[in-house]
Amino acid sequence: MSKFEVNGHLYSAEPRPGQCLRTFLRDLEVFGVKKGCDAGDCGACTVWIDGKPFHSCLVPAFRGEDRKITTIEGLATDGVLHPVQKAFHDAQAFQCGYCAAGMVMTTASAAFQEHKHDLPHALKGNLCRCTGYRPVQDALHGKSNIEEDIAGKACGASLPNPFTDAILTGKARYTMDIAMEGMLHLKVLRSPHAHARITRIDRTKATAVPGIVAVYTWEDVPRRLYSTALHEDHLVDPDDTYMLDNVVRFAGQRIAAVVAESEAAAEAGVRALVVDYEILPAVFDPVAAMEPDAPRLHDKNEVVTQNGNIFCTLQGEIGDVAKGFKEADAVHEMTYSTSRVQHVHLETHGSIAWKGEDNRWHVRTSSQGPFTVRTKLAHLMGVPAREIHVFTERVGGGFGGKQEMVSEDLPLFATMKLGGRPVKWEWTREDEFIGATTRHQMTTRVRIGARKDGTLTALDVHVVSNTGAYGNHASETLGAAMGSPFAAYRCPNKKGVGHVVYTNMIPGGGFRGYGASQTTFAMECAMNELAGLLGIDPVEIRRKNVVRPGDNIESIWQEPSDASFGSYGIDQCLEIVETELKKGNGVAKPAGDDWAEGTGMALAMLECGPPTEHRSGAEMKLLPDGTYHLACGSSEMGNGITTAHKQIAASIVGVRARDVDIINADTDRTPYDTGTFASTGTVVAGKAVHLTAQAMRDDILDFAARHSGVDRDKCRLDNDAVVCGNKRILLAELHAAGAKVNHRFTVGRKAYLSPRSIAFNVQGVRLAVHRVTGEIRILHSVHAADIGRPINPMQCRGQLDGAVAMGYGWALTENMVHDEGHMVNPQLRNYRIPAFADTPHTDLFLADTHDTIGPLGAKSQGECAINPVAPAIANALAAATGVRFAHLPFTPDRLYSKLSARP
Amino acid sequence: MNLNTIEEVKRPTSADQIGQWRDDYAWLAGGTWLFSEPQAATRTLIDLDGLGWAPLTATAEGLEIAATCRVVDLHDFKGPAEWRAVPLFRACIDAFLMSFKIWNAATVGGNIVMSLPAGAMISLTSALEGVCTLWPHPNQSNGGAPREVPVVDFVTGNHRNVLRPGELLRSIHLPASALSKRHAMRQVSLTHLGRSAALIVGTVGQDGTDFLLTITASTPRPVQLRFAAMPSADELRRAIDERLPPAAYFADVHGSAPYKRHITYYLAEQIRAELA
Repeated sequence: MSKFEVNGHLYSAEPRPGQCLRTFLRDLEVFGVKKGCDAGDCGACTVWIDGKPFHSCLVPAFRGEDRKITTIEGLATDGVLHPVQKAFHDAQAFQCGYCAAGMVMTTASAAFQEHKHDLPHALKGNLCRCTGYRPVQDALHGKSNIEEDIAGKACGASLPNPFTDAILTGKARYTMDIAMEGMLHLKVLRSPHAHARITRIDRTKATAVPGIVAVYTWEDVPRRLYSTALHEDHLVDPDDTYMLDNVVRFAGQRIAAVVAESEAAAEAGVRALVVDYEILPAVFDPVAAMEPDAPRLHDKNEVVTQNGNIFCTLQGEIGDVAKGFKEADAVHEMTYSTSRVQHVHLETHGSIAWKGEDNRWHVRTSSQGPFTVRTKLAHLMGVPAREIHVFTERVGGGFGGKQEMVSEDLPLFATMKLGGRPVKWEWTREDEFIGATTRHQMTTRVRIGARKDGTLTALDVHVVSNTGAYGNHASETLGAAMGSPFAAYRCPNKKGVGHVVYTNMIPGGGFRGYGASQTTFAMECAMNELAGLLGIDPVEIRRKNVVRPGDNIESIWQEPSDASFGSYGIDQCLEIVETELKKGNGVAKPAGDDWAEGTGMALAMLECGPPTEHRSGAEMKLLPDGTYHLACGSSEMGNGITTAHKQIAASIVGVRARDVDIINADTDRTPYDTGTFASTGTVVAGKAVHLTAQAMRDDILDFAARHSGVDRDKCRLDNDAVVCGNKRILLAELHAAGAKVNHRFTVGRKAYLSPRSIAFNVQGVRLAVHRVTGEIRILHSVHAADIGRPINPMQCRGQLDGAVAMGYGWALTENMVHDEGHMVNPQLRNYRIPAFADTPHTDLFLADTHDTIGPLGAKSQGECAINPVAPAIANALAAATGVRFAHLPFTPDRLYSKLSARP
Repeated sequence: MNLNTIEEVKRPTSADQIGQWRDDYAWLAGGTWLFSEPQAATRTLIDLDGLGWAPLTATAEGLEIAATCRVVDLHDFKGPAEWRAVPLFRACIDAFLMSFKIWNAATVGGNIVMSLPAGAMISLTSALEGVCTLWPHPNQSNGGAPREVPVVDFVTGNHRNVLRPGELLRSIHLPASALSKRHAMRQVSLTHLGRSAALIVGTVGQDGTDFLLTITASTPRPVQLRFAAMPSADELRRAIDERLPPAAYFADVHGSAPYKRHITYYLAEQIRAELA
């Protein structure tokens, strides 16, 4: 046997011949070593070998023999954090925390010290999808971003994530960070064809592979239609999907599941499957797919598509658009398009399912909506929901990608067939790119008119959305696309038609910004063009036309809406961005005539929460020691919502946030929650927590009044005690008193979302573009957000920073390239999410607003900041070059040919 | 990632221990590419680490770089003062998409035999007129004599080279004459510090003669243009056009072919102007 020294412990073990060090360490239950890509690109698996940092996914395990291996678990000594861990703690240099182990192991290494003067270079090999890298830089510069946790002052304080130490020492358990006796492994065969009918699957060779336990195809699984999308109301998504189907409609669709004793055997089984296909004609372009003779994606036996491949058409008109255009002095018309991008949450999808000693089915998963997953699993498997337990522990990023049930069903089905043995399905990065979901590609034609003074008179939009092979989130994202970006402006005459169309592309899905991002790009570019035609300043034309209290908040429909101004801060946001851009930040344009400089801005509006149903519950109890326990169904995937929920509860009952323990996202242990998506973590789940904490306070005060005989209105909570008149009773004592009379100090409340408040974001960009190479350098990035009172300012800024960074990625670096439906670049080295070097520093500002609808004055903050980024860049590019670039992304090879002429 | 098809790792300490070569064998150097993708056709890895080759050997004739030389060793190399091109080592290493951590594992030879258009060690060693020494596999029929191939000819296309089955890149020799030349290097990428869309190096003798322009990344394989004397801007552009028609550029997600052609002209001219 070979000897390995890991974090000072000696192991005698023999790695498999082709095993990499990453999985070898994880086999030793050293789970701090993460997998973001398994290909050397993301750095989440960084460990030290004899003190030098390596990406352990690329190191043959046998090379670790007789060497000293250090992982994140081995960095702290005697329980004292390493200075870099402490710096990451103080700066809160993570959100989901999945990249943190690799970031820390990289930046704490001796070799890093000679590179750290140049962080863009030094951090080439560490990707973070959540933070936008600002807090990472803060940590490396020794900056603290946290405040003290003071009883009664939790709300509004920048408190650290309660799981910080666990995350930074590798102890926090993400979905796959668990060893179970008898674990089986599941792998799927994915379709090599964009459109085909399976005529035969020969599993003989596959089942003969040693270690294979089972092979499942469409013939084995329940033939029940469903949608992978998670929503409270499942009827908003079309039931057009089978767990496994005999027709494949996109390259990457799963065809068969192979379950084996090892991942290697499962992979071998997948390779040994023989599938015969009848290749069907395929269509990838949604406009072509709308033609009458286009290949049909779904036939009427399965899903009724009355209009061919058009899954859904939304249209409407308010006022009289034709008349409005007649009144216009200037009319702009152009077609804009946005690209297909992927969430790239650093933790891939993955689920483990098994039968527990309670004879129920347990699913450990990485999801934004465990309760909705449970409902769908119950439907698919034909068992009562109470027999299924779905839960998350720590989730490594979501961004909408985990508002989808794509990894839970097959492991659960397999364990049900296999007597309850644990079955694990861990996705690869390639699985994410070819088999998960993407932002919907949309093309938007905008026609917009205004009078000389800039007053809008008419708006006419035409949207085509490509939902790919399945319609999950198709109509909802189209609805969002047709909604707030146009409702943001007062205009008496608005009209729109939107189609969402099936094609043989990878399915679209929910993605931060949710359809509104795509049409915000079009609308905000069009506003600048219109301003240019009229010779009006771009900020001024927005100031003139943006909706304000008293206006109808309406896009192209006049139906009553429950959106309402609980606060209003767009005026402040416009002012801030305008002032900051004018003031400048001292960063000069690079020298030389080849660099053109320009400034641009854009706004975005968000209705805080989905227009469809959404609900959350919370429960709270006083514990015998006088502290509290809070249970809330909401998922934490790096959005910081558990921190915020603790703060909301703590502020109501007047304690420190740390005195409120929390459990979340567990169908057995928390009340129901639709899911953490659509900007609901604060305004719905947070509202449930708020109501629950108020009920807790009332319950304690009521009991204390009875117990002490002091009037209820003379009783008040004071940290760990209740003050009744002039008597101070410790909560622990009160709890004991309650126990004697069977008073349990346990409360629960539910929240529903209506009305929905309105939030705004404004992005300003000053950039330089090189006329020859097409390189873009962001010189100044300013963002102002109207998010109400921040529950945790640091976290809110983190969400904004992360969303803005994602916006830069969408605009400048990311692009899923497909050839006949096959993704050309399904690796992180070829699909570039922003690295440190790509991510400009953004000056963030918060409007001073206090919302009357959201809990404790707060509004949604994590989603909408992405929306104005791409159009602000486009507007800056237009200002710099005189050229309107209307199609994302703005990579230099797509720009250069239009740049060569000097102005 | 795990290479689950691998059944055996051979760890020879001398070349004659390798035995019969088979199609499902692969040489393992740093492993940074091998372990980054599934290798479904490979069953056996032959680890070159145990051969114990000295990474770098500097002599009066030049620098011998073992194929197994870690990138970090090349990065840290300090040559004699008259080798004016040594700073180009770091410039090319910095052009890698990969981080300094990968330098600890990745090898110079591994990057060359990967033969990707953007292989920065191909750019470096071809620009410095490097010559590969290839060891035949002992069971080859040609008598087992090593052969020498200039790096610029070693790479024949995207992910293609002249290696025969079982043949092994032993080392790359950079002649002192090339190491002593003046140089200029330019690189462009679609993203900041991203994979090269073009990486172009020019070298010129101390006396201003023998201008050598090496175009990489924008073309599937390195392309060299040699001029006895420094060309004019027009001459350079014509020479590029003669060698590289529009279809000769390499299109991928790191840059369209027309873009790569466009920046090749631009960077080449900058290099010419700098060295003129």
